[in-house]
Amino acid sequence: MRYSGLKVIKEALTGHKGWRPAWRNPEPKAQYDVVIIGGGGHGLATAYYLAKNHGITNIAVVEKGWIGGGNVGRNTTIVRSNYLLDGNGPFYELSLKLWEGLEQDFNYNAMVSQRGILNLVHSDAQRDAARRRGNAMILNGSDAELLDASGVQAMYPFLNFDNARFPIKGGLLHRRGGTVRHDAVAWGYARGADMRGVDVIQNCEVTGFRIENGTCLGVETSKGFIGAGKVASCVAGSSSRVMEKAGMRLPIESHVLQAFVSEGLKPVLDGVITFGAGHFYCSQSDKGGLVFGGDIDGYNSYAQRGNLPVVEDVVEGGMALIPALGRVRVLRSWGGVMDMSMDGSPFIDKTHIDGLYFNGGWCYGGFKATPASGWCYAHLLATGQPHDVATAFRLDRFRHGGMIDEKGQGAQPNLH
Amino acid sequence: MIINHPILGPRDAQEFTYLGDASLIDRPDWQADNAAEAFHDYLYLRDNPAGEHRELWFHEQGDRSWLVVTRNTVTHDILNVELARDVARARGRSK
Repeated sequence: MRYSGLKVIKEALTGHKGWRPAWRNPEPKAQYDVVIIGGGGHGLATAYYLAKNHGITNIAVVEKGWIGGGNVGRNTTIVRSNYLLDGNGPFYELSLKLWEGLEQDFNYNAMVSQRGILNLVHSDAQRDAARRRGNAMILNGSDAELLDASGVQAMYPFLNFDNARFPIKGGLLHRRGGTVRHDAVAWGYARGADMRGVDVIQNCEVTGFRIENGTCLGVETSKGFIGAGKVASCVAGSSSRVMEKAGMRLPIESHVLQAFVSEGLKPVLDGVITFGAGHFYCSQSDKGGLVFGGDIDGYNSYAQRGNLPVVEDVVEGGMALIPALGRVRVLRSWGGVMDMSMDGSPFIDKTHIDGLYFNGGWCYGGFKATPASGWCYAHLLATGQPHDVATAFRLDRFRHGGMIDEKGQGAQPNLH
Repeated sequence: MIINHPILGPRDAQEFTYLGDASLIDRPDWQADNAAEAFHDYLYLRDNPAGEHRELWFHEQGDRSWLVVTRNTVTHDILNVELARDVARARGRSK
């Protein structure tokens, strides 16, 4: 069933009786070519691109909970391609290009909105860093524009430009960045994969791996053993818990990151503003709520909820930047569990076990990477070779000094 | 979170900075034959358990002591607090 404007009108006139579930709810088969662990954005995108780009359709995506219930539904929906390092830049640029064509590609309204992202700068040193980053972004095919204070003032006159500690001196504007409706990304990929024959199996927890003579033969699940030619783990946030069942220790710590939504307001903020120096960033959803967040709580956690001191820190940052927020009430807050890798960059790689692949370590930047992560993971699974833009995301890079220290902080809380 | 400091009593976790897994006490022998491998594992690999986790907290805004806190990473319950000094000595790390 394809969605179209005509279909919406037809259903509106006939009582909406023709809509069907967007994907099936199958029981697992005994054997698949590929079993993907984790029905989040990345896992579903991997299944979708395996089917679409590589013609591999005998795939199961096994998900412990339900589709869209994990980190793909717990982030702040921002997409961007503003990375500095060669190991990252082309990858995130591919991702943003895929976002730009995504809705037409999988025939689903993901509300991709390229409303622009502005990273504020407060000092000469930060302006130099922003200029360097902007040049790197342009070299990687992305876009960047360095604004002075008056340029920022023209866009967002309500910001506090004269803060004593962090006066606003300008900003790096990335016009193609923006937001995407995160649930619809999971649903769109699930539907697109399902239409191509992929089995999306919900409420099916992986409890172990069957590994014989260094080869992974499949996964033990709450619905029994599922055999697989290749097993692809894609469970960022819980990577250590899953891969431990295969006897692996990872260069990852799990930390909690909180996010917040305010009550609905009239349109006030048409883009995304990041105030890195104050640990605060903000956008406004199409429903009117301000969506904002700050930094990780800073201790290992699998709790999906944070603590109040960080709530205070985030809203202080918000008040310092946008004093007009003072009367806004916070509607709800939540936490997501992050795979914090040791250099702050992700992994898309084989493991030392034949037939077992690993995708994770996305820190707090996994959502924007969803299309490219699926695209490159599918490429690795189908061809056995890493995709050209994902060659740096090796699991063994710490052994060889191949760190991608984009921010140079990784999981270390006191560096954030 | 409230950390029950062995000397100072219950203190707000905000007074502390966090370092990570308490296994960081067990620094490998740099003269061993397998030192490069051991330091890779020591620096970069983590057990990262969901459940009980022994971890190092530094009382930066207090008496500047290092603590080994046993905490549940799923519930944030703090189960045990020891001075890192005592833990290290018990493992033969300190003079």
